Amino acid sequence: MAEIVLDKVTKRYPDGALAVNEVNIEIADGEFIILVGPSGCGKSTTLNMIAGLEDITEGELRIGGQRVNERAPKDRDIAMVFQSYALYPHMTVRENMAFPLRLAKVDNATVEKKVTEAAKILDLTQHLDRKPSNLSGGQRQRVAMGRAIVRSPKAFLMDEPLSNLDAKLRGQMRTSVSRLQKQLGTTTVYVTHDQTEAMTLGDRVVVMRGGVVQQIGAPQFLYDHPANLFVAGFIGSPSMNFMPATLENGALSTPLGQVALGDRVRSAAEKANAPREVILGVRPEHFEDAAVLDEAAKARGSVFTAQVDVLESMGSEKYAYFTVDGEQASSAELAELAADSGSADVPSSGSQLVTRLSAASGATEGGSVQVWFDTEKVQLFDPSDGRNLTYSAE
Amino acid sequence: MAVITSGVDTGRKVRWTIIDVVVVVYALVPVLWILSLSFKTKATLGDGNFIPREWSLQNYADIFTTNEFLLALVNSIGIALIATAIAVVLGTMAAYAIARLEFPGKSALVGFSLLVAMFPQVSLVSPLFDIERSLNLFDTWPGLILPYITFALPLAIYTLSAFFREIPWELEKAAKMDGATPGQAFRRVIAPLAAPGVFTTAILVFIFCWNDFLFAISLTSTTRSRTVPAALQFFTGASQFESPTGQICAAAVVITIPIVLFVLFFQRRIVAGLTSGAVKG
Repeated sequence: MAEIVLDKVTKRYPDGALAVNEVNIEIADGEFIILVGPSGCGKSTTLNMIAGLEDITEGELRIGGQRVNERAPKDRDIAMVFQSYALYPHMTVRENMAFPLRLAKVDNATVEKKVTEAAKILDLTQHLDRKPSNLSGGQRQRVAMGRAIVRSPKAFLMDEPLSNLDAKLRGQMRTSVSRLQKQLGTTTVYVTHDQTEAMTLGDRVVVMRGGVVQQIGAPQFLYDHPANLFVAGFIGSPSMNFMPATLENGALSTPLGQVALGDRVRSAAEKANAPREVILGVRPEHFEDAAVLDEAAKARGSVFTAQVDVLESMGSEKYAYFTVDGEQASSAELAELAADSGSADVPSSGSQLVTRLSAASGATEGGSVQVWFDTEKVQLFDPSDGRNLTYSAE
Repeated sequence: MAVITSGVDTGRKVRWTIIDVVVVVYALVPVLWILSLSFKTKATLGDGNFIPREWSLQNYADIFTTNEFLLALVNSIGIALIATAIAVVLGTMAAYAIARLEFPGKSALVGFSLLVAMFPQVSLVSPLFDIERSLNLFDTWPGLILPYITFALPLAIYTLSAFFREIPWELEKAAKMDGATPGQAFRRVIAPLAAPGVFTTAILVFIFCWNDFLFAISLTSTTRSRTVPAALQFFTGASQFESPTGQICAAAVVITIPIVLFVLFFQRRIVAGLTSGAVKG
């Protein structure tokens, strides 16, 4: 067990492409940290550099206080779980799990003991003599985990270990990965593009984009205080609504009408030297059907009237979708997020607004409804560089 | 469903059975003919009967009483096995490098090995003859093993690199993470998975070496290194008026047996889908 420190770690490929740019991350002993971002953001490259499967171009990687840049993977004492599981097909489950121990020349009795233990933890005892080809996806995934835990390494590296499982199994495995990590207390670096995994699994989350770390923090902190447009749009599902807005004398003109900003937002925007043109971000849960609110609550926000396009009733809540006329908010960050989620390919006129209303709302599909949103909770972003103008670190 | 399609199935079955029979008959009749000739007595050799009227093992007895055939058999087996072993080992390493590594001159290497395979062997016979005589390789085992390796290597590299490409690279990464040196990763993970490819290649290379006639006849002169295909040409009858047809047929049957055994032996190791289960889908 050990802490892992990435000190200005950079990866540049021979053709000049910069995959990872000066990444600084300090991972504490026993911490569960998530690297998250869209495909091509450099998260897997970062993981491979920690593993030793890719060379570090510049910067220093320290595991347990020692520089390991030049060490081969086998000398770093870390285990990795691959997205494809990478089980050895010619070996049984038992041999697969024993393989790292055999290479380390551990004596037979200890190998047997450790494999049996790991199999028990992962509920694989009755499958020990089967070949990987006869196992289900979930079982293969557990064998891959077992191969990582048998030799009690300093750290686990996991490269999208659950992305090949179907949705239900992924949910189950997510909790068991979390439980396993707590139980073993081993430092874990986990790469995913799934923001649900990022939110639920980690102690801290590292959001990456284009090889650059955007923000590091606890999942809830990232959700509440995104440092920029990219983090705001990436974390959260359904994601934050963005629309263009103009800031004038502390008031905001938006496609949803004139909005009087709350004190917190106004002072933060002033402090940050906000430009005139901004991007307004509102999370779906900060909307509410005005009809279910009392007057006092309504006064804290702004109300607009719109026609419901689509209504999804989840039982416990309702998701109402509106079309907002006018231009869509545009910035490099948003374009990249849209490309990653594939929504750039969906034709739409105007921008779509997703709101989460309480189950008591009387909204109907096609009907008009008065919607309230909390002006204290809105976030403003600078369209030119994406920074959060209302960011506060408290 | 089954009832509806059974008519179609029967039609298909009949059609395929006819095609199969035609192919098998076409391929096996000459072999059976040679087999039949090898069992005939000298007197009935030319009687045109497909099934011998008089069965005799005299031809087999004859070829095994002469040293010529036995020595040729030993030469054939020795030379083919050694050439196969070396070609497969070298081919495995080269194919692995071609399939997995990026190195300068890779495409040139692949191109050159293709060139070797395309080169008409007959045009190399006289230069090889001169070279081998001046190097004292003429009429020796290495004198045949070396050209066999040269011409078998492109075949081996091509077959094997196709197999190596099939093996997921992540397995090797996983082995490295599990603490293996590159050598251990190759020996304990990659090589076992490439085994079907290695055995397939071994069969092909062995057949190539075993069947070669051109080099065998040109680069040998005595029983010291003459292989069976060449030795067959030196069979003589008891007198100059007698043709050794029966004996040649018997020898031809005998030299087919090692190939059949070799293929049967290695075929059991060619297990299709050995890599299934390594990675998802």
